[in-house]
Amino acid sequence: MGEIALSQVKKSFGGVSIIQGIDLTIADGEFVVFVGPSGCGKSTLLRLIAGLEDASSGTIAIDGRDATRLPPARRGLAMVFQSYALYPHMSVRKNIAFPLRMAGVPKAEQERKVEAAAKILNLVPYLDRRPGQLSGGQRQRVAIGRAIVREPAAFLFDEPLSNLDAALRVSMRQEISELHQTLKTTMIYVTHDQVEAMTMADKIVVLNAGRIEQVGSPIDLYRSPVNLFVAGFIGSPKMNFIEGAEAARHGAHTLGIRPEHIAVAEGGPWKGVVGISEHLGSDTFLKVEVAGVGTVNVRAGGEVALRYGDAVALAPQADKFHRFDATGKAL
Amino acid sequence: MAREVSTGRKALVTAVAWGIGLLIFFPILWTVLTSFKTEGEAVAPHPSFLFFDWTLENYETVNARSDYLLHFWNSVVIALGSTLVGLLIAIPAAWSMAFVPGRRTKDLLMWMLSTKMMPAVGVLVPIYLLARDTGLLDTRVGLVAVLTLVNLPIIVWMLYTYFKEIPGEILEAARMDGASLGSEILYVLTPMAVPGIASTLLLNVILAWNESFWTLNLTAANAAPLTAFIASYSSPEGLFYAKLSAASTMAIAPILILGWFSQKQLVRGLTFGAVK
Repeated sequence: MGEIALSQVKKSFGGVSIIQGIDLTIADGEFVVFVGPSGCGKSTLLRLIAGLEDASSGTIAIDGRDATRLPPARRGLAMVFQSYALYPHMSVRKNIAFPLRMAGVPKAEQERKVEAAAKILNLVPYLDRRPGQLSGGQRQRVAIGRAIVREPAAFLFDEPLSNLDAALRVSMRQEISELHQTLKTTMIYVTHDQVEAMTMADKIVVLNAGRIEQVGSPIDLYRSPVNLFVAGFIGSPKMNFIEGAEAARHGAHTLGIRPEHIAVAEGGPWKGVVGISEHLGSDTFLKVEVAGVGTVNVRAGGEVALRYGDAVALAPQADKFHRFDATGKAL
Repeated sequence: MAREVSTGRKALVTAVAWGIGLLIFFPILWTVLTSFKTEGEAVAPHPSFLFFDWTLENYETVNARSDYLLHFWNSVVIALGSTLVGLLIAIPAAWSMAFVPGRRTKDLLMWMLSTKMMPAVGVLVPIYLLARDTGLLDTRVGLVAVLTLVNLPIIVWMLYTYFKEIPGEILEAARMDGASLGSEILYVLTPMAVPGIASTLLLNVILAWNESFWTLNLTAANAAPLTAFIASYSSPEGLFYAKLSAASTMAIAPILILGWFSQKQLVRGLTFGAVK
């Protein structure tokens, strides 16, 4: 079981308030991603749940039990760190067995659990090596192995993939998702990468300046962001924001439209000139200067052959406009 | 980028380096040579460097007159004892300063170091009286206690520097893995800091072995280490140069041998963190 409930959790360092009153319930077995720009407090929030930092006020309950004042060891959670944080002087086997050794599990059972975890994570050939002799991906798997042998109430991941190269990141991302399918344990995952958030999460928590901006499924956040911040943060490339006369015509202070919801079409209402065009093969990203609207990013098909300086007509999909008021709230 | 260096220049630099090295080593060499001379040759107006009558008579006399083994054993107990007790106190202290620093940690470190700036003789009287009243005068326990306290700032500083190099996340991982504070220090921090702890231990054994102010002032006969053994031959009257040299040679030999074998570890430990 791994239900985690935060209620009015606040944290300040010195006089600086980092977490400003968070209320959040994470259901048992859920994969929740905390996402936000750097300095938004997402890692601090995770460390508060882990018990590595003490909350200034508020309560943290794990499985209905108040855990706010419990030390990390007694919260029954496991954590995977960005730097892997393996014990460099121990073999892979001893690293994975360490939490069991600390819990006083008998030797034979330790051995059995380590073997089982190593099998799941393809680490069997490396069990007697030291962390220093492993690649980044293998180290991260050892860190995950150390977490799963404890059979924790929940896994906490603190930007676990940011030290890996792009290709490895994609495959580890899938491995973690598969692990979640297999174990069905609650997972809380912190990242600044909205692609990781979109692809892995059951539920995304968007944080900004120590506050929750929006909580919802990835598709909810994509379809109906509650404010400009979420609209700009979720989705890649970023949503276009248009102000002025064009926005006023739609009855909004700011008008938002995603690059993928604008088509290149003869006779489209927005006439412009192509600035930069990026041809990726599958897609073409165009930066178009539209008269009376401003600079608009467009995601067009891979076959579009427009180049710098070409004239172009754009047709935004009318039902995909997001309208925001002057304070940035969605209308 | 490598600079071009001519062979002549290399030879000159090498010669100068050897010259300085020998100059520094010369007094020790002279002491060792003198210890094999007769007292007469030792004070001769034109002393011979190597061509004198080599004799072991000084060593025989010194061994007959005083109990070398007792002093040697006292030195071992005092040097090792004060270092080990110091480490036991300093490891947790350095842990807290390196991993959970408070607002005053930096000040505290400076204050500890500042105690080393005070001349020891400034507190001789109070410490002497304390040792006398507690019955610790001329006991190994008393000297272990005093030398532990005298060297503690250096031990804490050295360990603090090593611990700072260890990523805090690894200790947090241990905490998440269910380690208590004791297990965290014992199973994770200490094994990772072995090179640092070893060089701290070596340096402090050497410092305590050579410490002569407190060892001379707080001992008489029972707990006197090798420093007192040397001092007993430094007399203003009579011809004792050769015997003094023999005693000195016997006193510095053990620590010189220890230093020789551990010099790699010492150099590595002292430059730890300087180059990364």
